[in-house]
Amino acid sequence: MNGPLLVIFPHPDDEAFSSAGTIIQHHKNGFPVTYVCLTLGEMGRNMGSPIFTTREELPKIRKHELEAACAVMGIDDLRMWGLRDKTVEFEDEAELAARFSALIEEVQPARVISFYPGYAVHPDHEATARAVVRALQDIDASKRPEFLGVAFDHRTDAELGKPHVIIEVAQESAAKREALLAHRSQTEGLLRAIDNAENAHVMELLQRERFYHYPFS
Amino acid sequence: MSRVIVSIGGNRVKSIQPTTIQTYLDAHVSMPLYVHVETTNGAYATHNDPDFHNAGMFIRNVVIEYSIGQIKGEGPYRVGLKLDHGWLYVEGLTDYEQHGDQLLLAGHDRLGRLACALHLDIKPLPQGASEVESQ
Repeated sequence: MNGPLLVIFPHPDDEAFSSAGTIIQHHKNGFPVTYVCLTLGEMGRNMGSPIFTTREELPKIRKHELEAACAVMGIDDLRMWGLRDKTVEFEDEAELAARFSALIEEVQPARVISFYPGYAVHPDHEATARAVVRALQDIDASKRPEFLGVAFDHRTDAELGKPHVIIEVAQESAAKREALLAHRSQTEGLLRAIDNAENAHVMELLQRERFYHYPFS
Repeated sequence: MSRVIVSIGGNRVKSIQPTTIQTYLDAHVSMPLYVHVETTNGAYATHNDPDFHNAGMFIRNVVIEYSIGQIKGEGPYRVGLKLDHGWLYVEGLTDYEQHGDQLLLAGHDRLGRLACALHLDIKPLPQGASEVESQ
């Protein structure tokens, strides 16, 4: 895929788990990557493993982790929108969609990566997905960027079928692992489990990233 | 049950010392305080176990005053604050950090994940955009 990439997720680390390999490939191919991260994951439950932070310090820690992860992935345009974790679904959805429309107009991405509505598990993910799809829906089909939606609800395979786009990221696997590890407060315990081959889901995500196209009307 | 606490950047998350907490609570009777109260099972509890009923709450930067504030229990601890028209109660507290008039109480499970929190401060706790700007 040629052209600028726009990545939109609500929490620092959403991008690393779902799309780090794809992001790194875009960067390697010489295309700019813009990442809008809506919150700082202020309400995350993980305080490090072992614990090294508090609810009040967590946003500062996660902001630094996010910047470090972006450096690993080659994201030079990181925008933090300052919403609060867990509250995205209670914001005005039309207003959020309008902000996304203006963003797309400015960045002119060839491809947009975000969550896929209805299959994104966390309420912040769902709210983000709805607003992104709403903004893209308004664009004429001939001009609309390709949308790659991340779906991981247990119903995904049964209801959406096989992923429409599977991106092989084995070559980027080491860098993806490094991006995940940059989100240390959230991922250190998890990466230990991967090293012990205890988390098949994340091990697979280090090899292949899976996306769905959305059926825009 | 032992808990490994690592401190970085001057942070000091420590196992609760009830006398230290009680001293803070006594010193802040009848004083307007900004409060953050929270309980959580994590956003993925039901995703990971469909039989699990996930529940949680938080309320942030509401101002309270209490006439009696006490910490009870042998650990995990309970804190009750007697308000003019009711109570504030949190159970499951294990660790704390104090910075002058800011007291952060947290309850962590055996994997070190936050289960509950009670924060008190004489100033508003940071929020939204100010967190983005903060270093």
